[in-house]
Amino acid sequence: MAHMRFHIRFPEQKIKEPIIYQIGHEYKVVTNIRRADVRETTGWMDLELSGETAEIERAIEGMKKKGVTVDPIELNVVE
Amino acid sequence: MAKMKSLVCRECGKEYPTKAIHVCELCFGPLEVKYNYDEIMKGLSRKKIEDGPRSMWRYLDLLPVESASVASVIGPHAGLTPMVRAKNLSAYLGLDELYIKNDTVNHPTLSFKDRVVSVALTRARELGFETVACASTGNLANSVAAHAAAAGMKCYVFIPSDLEAAKVLGNLIYKPNVVEVEGNYDDVNRLCSEIAGEHGWAFVNINIRPYYAEGSKTLAFETVEQLGWRAPDQAVIPMASGSLLTKIWKGLHEMKALGLIDKVQTKINGAQAEGCSPISTAFKEGRDFFKPVKPKTIAKSLAIGNPADGYYALKATGESKGAMDMVSDEEVVDGIKLLAQTEGIFAETAGGVTIGVLKKLVKQGIIKKSDVTVAYITGNGLKTQEAVIDAVGRPFRIQPSLVSFEKTFKIGKNGGGDA
Repeated sequence: MAHMRFHIRFPEQKIKEPIIYQIGHEYKVVTNIRRADVRETTGWMDLELSGETAEIERAIEGMKKKGVTVDPIELNVVE
Repeated sequence: MAKMKSLVCRECGKEYPTKAIHVCELCFGPLEVKYNYDEIMKGLSRKKIEDGPRSMWRYLDLLPVESASVASVIGPHAGLTPMVRAKNLSAYLGLDELYIKNDTVNHPTLSFKDRVVSVALTRARELGFETVACASTGNLANSVAAHAAAAGMKCYVFIPSDLEAAKVLGNLIYKPNVVEVEGNYDDVNRLCSEIAGEHGWAFVNINIRPYYAEGSKTLAFETVEQLGWRAPDQAVIPMASGSLLTKIWKGLHEMKALGLIDKVQTKINGAQAEGCSPISTAFKEGRDFFKPVKPKTIAKSLAIGNPADGYYALKATGESKGAMDMVSDEEVVDGIKLLAQTEGIFAETAGGVTIGVLKKLVKQGIIKKSDVTVAYITGNGLKTQEAVIDAVGRPFRIQPSLVSFEKTFKIGKNGGGDA
C-alpha cells in the first residue's frame, strides 16, 4: 500500500462538484483531506491518497480529466 | 543549548526534530526552522558580526547549521556582495537614496542561489547525506553542481529534456549527474517530488527546504549592516516561489528581535513578470490566495506558476504595507538596459523585472523621493544574454584607418571637428 500527498486545486466552475467523493468511488483509493480552503471562486485541498501505486496514478489522471489541477504537496520544485 | 530549537509547521505549529523533513505529518503544511533566540542573543553583537568572515557566514549564529565556524561550512565565500549606492539610477528615477544589492557577483556561480545552496549543503552534510540533488532549469542547478563539486559530494541535477544547450553545459562542467527527463515541466516536478520521497538523498529544495530557504535571510542581514545598521524604508524583491521575499522579511525582524536594530519600517514590495505573475496578480486583485498559471515570459528564473511560498509572500507584503506589481517582457529588457547603462551592472532577466517594477512603484508614488530604497538584483546578465541580443544594437564597423575612424565619430581633422 502506497501513500502519496498532493495539492489539488479546483477551478471556479468545479467548486460545487463532489470530486473527492467520486474519486473514492471510481478508483480503489482512500482519500484523506488534511487541509483545505474552499470558497465561491476557488478551492484547494492538501490530500493523501492511499492504495496501490498504479491505482493512485489512475486516480490522479481521473482528477485531471475532471478539470482539477494536481501538483505534488511541495507545489513547484523546479527552480 | 543548541541555537536550532526545532522545525515548526507554518500552519498548525506542530514541532519536529531538526532532521531532513519538510512537510507536517499532521496538516501537510510546510516546516521552517525555529531558533532559541535567547541563546543566540547571549553571544551576538554588531562587533562580533563586523569582525567575522568576509562572507555571509559572518551571520553563522543566525543560520540553521551546527558548524561552529566558517572553516567547516560548504561555500564559505558566498554572500557579502556589494551594496551599490546607485547615484545615476537615483537621479534618473528621482530618488534621494537608492541602493542595488548586487548578487550578480555572488560566489561561485553569480546568483543569489549560492546563499541558499551553501546553507543547504552544509546542513545536508551535517545530517549525514553523501548525495545532493535538485530540479532546476538554471541558477539552482549551477549552484548545487558547483558546491557539490567543491565539497566532494555526489550530485544529481534533473532538467527538462528541452532545456537550452548553453544551460546544460553550464551544469555539465562541474560533472554532476545531469538527468534529462523526457517530459514537460510538470513531469519533472512530479518525478523529483517522488524521488525525494523514495531515496536517501538531500534534495535541496524539497526535503532540505526548511534549511535551504533560511539562506535568503542573509540578504536582509547584509542590507542592514551595509546601510549602517538600519533597515531600508523600501525593498523591491523579485518573486519566483516567493521564498526570497518572505525570508528577507523574516531576516529584518530577526535583526530587531536580537537588538541589532531598533525598528523595521521596511515596506516589502514584490516584483514579477506579466507572463508569470500569480502572486502579484492576487495582490492587485485584493485576494489572499493565488491562482496557478502556465508561465510564458523571458524571465525564466522567475517562471514558477504554482509558487510554494506565494501565500506567505502575500502575507509578508500585506503586514509590511508594501505593494506588488508586474512588468511586460519589453519592460524587463528596458530594465536590464537601464541598470547596465546607469550603474554598469549587467543583470539577468530577474533583475530587469526588479528594475521595471521599481520604476513603476516610483511613478505611482508608492516609493517616495526620500525613501531609503534597496533593489535586489539576484543574478548575472551573462546567464541570459539571449534575452537582450536584439535590443543592444550593433558595433560600429570601420576600415582599419584613422580616416575611417574619425569620419565615423565625426572627430579630428577627417571628421570635421578640431584637428
